[in-house]
Amino acid sequence: MAPTSAPTSSAATDVSDDLTQSRLGAMTYDPAPESAAIVTFRDAYGLFIDGRFTDPSSHDSFATINPATETVLARVALASASDVDVAVKAARRAYETTWSKLSGAQRAKYLYRIARLIQERSRELAVAETLDNGKPIRESRDVDVPLAAAHFFYYAGWADKLEFAGYGAKPTALGVAGQIIPWNFPLLMAAWKLAPALAAGNTCVLKPAETTPLTALLLAEILQQADLPPGVVNIITGDGTTGSALVDHPGVDKIAFTGSTEVGRLIQERVAASHKGLTLELGGKGANIVFEDAPVDEMIEGIIDGIFFNQGHVCCAGSRLLVQESIADDVLRRLVRRVDQLRVGDPLDKNTDVGAINSAAQLARINELAAYGEHEGATRYTSTCVLPDKGYWFAPTVFADVAQSHRIAREEIFGPVLSVLTFRTPDEAVAKANNTKYGLACGVWSEKGSRTLWVAQRLRAGVIWANTYNRFDPTSPFGGVRESGFGREGGRHGLEAYLDVH
Amino acid sequence: MSRVSTAPLRLVTRDDRAVQLPSNSSLPSIESEAQLRGLLGALSGVDAVGAEARAAKLATRSLKKSTKLAALDLAISMVDLTTLEGADTPGRVTSLCAKALHPDANAPEVPSVAAVCVYPDLVAHARTVLGASTVKVAAVATAFPSGRASMAVKVLDVKEALDAGADEIDMVIDRGAFLAGRYGQVFDEVVAIKELCGATHLKVILEVGELKTYDNVRRASWLAMLAGADFIKTSTGKVGVSATLPTALVMLESVRDFAEATGLRVGVKVAGGIRSAKDALRYLVVVNETAGSSWLTPDGFRFGASSLLNDLLMQRLKQHRGAYVRPDEFSGD
Repeated sequence: MAPTSAPTSSAATDVSDDLTQSRLGAMTYDPAPESAAIVTFRDAYGLFIDGRFTDPSSHDSFATINPATETVLARVALASASDVDVAVKAARRAYETTWSKLSGAQRAKYLYRIARLIQERSRELAVAETLDNGKPIRESRDVDVPLAAAHFFYYAGWADKLEFAGYGAKPTALGVAGQIIPWNFPLLMAAWKLAPALAAGNTCVLKPAETTPLTALLLAEILQQADLPPGVVNIITGDGTTGSALVDHPGVDKIAFTGSTEVGRLIQERVAASHKGLTLELGGKGANIVFEDAPVDEMIEGIIDGIFFNQGHVCCAGSRLLVQESIADDVLRRLVRRVDQLRVGDPLDKNTDVGAINSAAQLARINELAAYGEHEGATRYTSTCVLPDKGYWFAPTVFADVAQSHRIAREEIFGPVLSVLTFRTPDEAVAKANNTKYGLACGVWSEKGSRTLWVAQRLRAGVIWANTYNRFDPTSPFGGVRESGFGREGGRHGLEAYLDVH
Repeated sequence: MSRVSTAPLRLVTRDDRAVQLPSNSSLPSIESEAQLRGLLGALSGVDAVGAEARAAKLATRSLKKSTKLAALDLAISMVDLTTLEGADTPGRVTSLCAKALHPDANAPEVPSVAAVCVYPDLVAHARTVLGASTVKVAAVATAFPSGRASMAVKVLDVKEALDAGADEIDMVIDRGAFLAGRYGQVFDEVVAIKELCGATHLKVILEVGELKTYDNVRRASWLAMLAGADFIKTSTGKVGVSATLPTALVMLESVRDFAEATGLRVGVKVAGGIRSAKDALRYLVVVNETAGSSWLTPDGFRFGASSLLNDLLMQRLKQHRGAYVRPDEFSGD
């Protein structure tokens, strides 16, 4: 923060005019693309059932594309209800004949193998994830893939220690888990679902998202490499009808779903009054609360990470910035300057900060809500970055002067759009942060620990970060309250979702 | 030297500064130690985890092709080629100056370095060897590296360096006084040395390895800038921890904010332990993405180093030829 006696900002303008005449000029970065040659997709993928890739009964398939270029990467099978039935029966057979007979240490052996294989094939997986999802290679390389491996390593450690997890002397598995995962962190969400389920002794039927099935199919190859007994994990690709069939299948003992609140609500209705266990990890409208004594430079980076990480396709994104009114102008000025520096473009370029929007449908929704933000009277700042001609792109955007009543302050946009609101006192900050139907994550920025704790105790959210945002670790439980869902993933708590604890 | 607490300070005026400034630039007037303490206390804290994470993220930037070549040449032009040994001799300084003027004997297009950096007693010799070239002579003064001497000794040290023809003075702050909270004393010392220097560039060495915390680095940066520093410099290179990427990040944030607040651009010099071209390019990325590309000149950023230069030359040749050459292709000075 500048001293209070600082002169006006016009001085700064003069300085930049003066300095742009520097003789060596601006450093712009030449393209530094990661080679896509490391990964070879098959032309077409079948369903991974009982340890083998098999054709779907209907022979239906659909294309998965690279959202940055709109080119087709591969065709994948569309699993029908009868394919789901075959997969669930395979999982049941594997549970009864093999997996439930193994000791925890033996299950751990497979999980460790999978973790090591993910590490060995990390570059390939990172490139595949970036191609199929549109996220920057820096993130798939430094976040998604290492964390996926870390989850398998972490839960491998629990597999032979379940009696010490606090769920009774001899906790038992549920049986067959049906798992439906979203498109924003395809491989990582597969790891979040599979690792605790397998460690706890369940077998799985996993359904990846329609637009991002490829890393789950590479993971299927890894499961083969790891010699995982057939049927322990089955991966079935498809669309909403496939997921629906999995949810309704009577042979499934547990449904774990990560995705939108709308679909989560439907699933809960369908699972109600059945024997099935359910955990839901749904949407969010996370508040990042900034007090005037926050460490300013790190706070700006935290806001940026909070909303522009993974193009804002993050359920726990800090999509609402609540900033103390006394520093609001300074924070907004710094924020807009920083947003303009974000490098948007080719996701395979190692210097790209913000990649492509995952699908045309998602882009349409972001465009609609952003347009509504302007219509509601918020002040829009959009990055001046140049967007590529092909593919699905949205320039990082900040809305200032947002009111609690605006749609962009209430609805999950799931894109690189930040809504900035102000508050005057800690009470008001808490009230505004909690004034949402969601409750997944919040951030608190202050150098004063007592205030951070005071605020954190009053926030209704599953995850609260202090002086950071969007940090994930397999040892830490993650999940929401209210319309953000229930159940926890990660940590000791994540085992509860896959154990018979009643 | 506790003028701050007793009487108003004489301010460093615009004309004393080496960089030509915009007409409406101004330094806040520091009238008392209490005011200075208030200014430094109002600075934002630094979250160490966040600062280190940001620096680590910037370190993953990948410079290729023409960007890499331009950055390597830029880094060469920013080197303060340094020898600060008890064993320094005029002969050693002569060969260092030759290297500074023409870093690669086989490639005349390679730019000269920014400066040679020596102890005050070797300034006159360096000045003679470098003649009318663009390479500056920088002298470490004020009882470098510890700064543990009376102000009279420090003043004399600087005067001798200036009289011998130094273009730039690298002074050390009194870290003991800073850590004891005697900010006024540290401020007065920098003001006094800047007055002696006049238009001669003053680099103020914070010795970040002894300040330890990023909060201290930010406060010391602002203190030095408020007192009239033309450059703030990380380290002497004589203590265990010298320049680090997150430290440079915090200092670059400070000079950026100072320029916004006052209209005055202060440069940053990182020194100590920077030996590889890869490290140097990482610093340039942090400069580019923190203070901005306008700091990417020898007036805005410097490397205090010796062995770094040959790695820059080797990587430069590798970019041109597509293969590495033997280290002995380059002179060892």
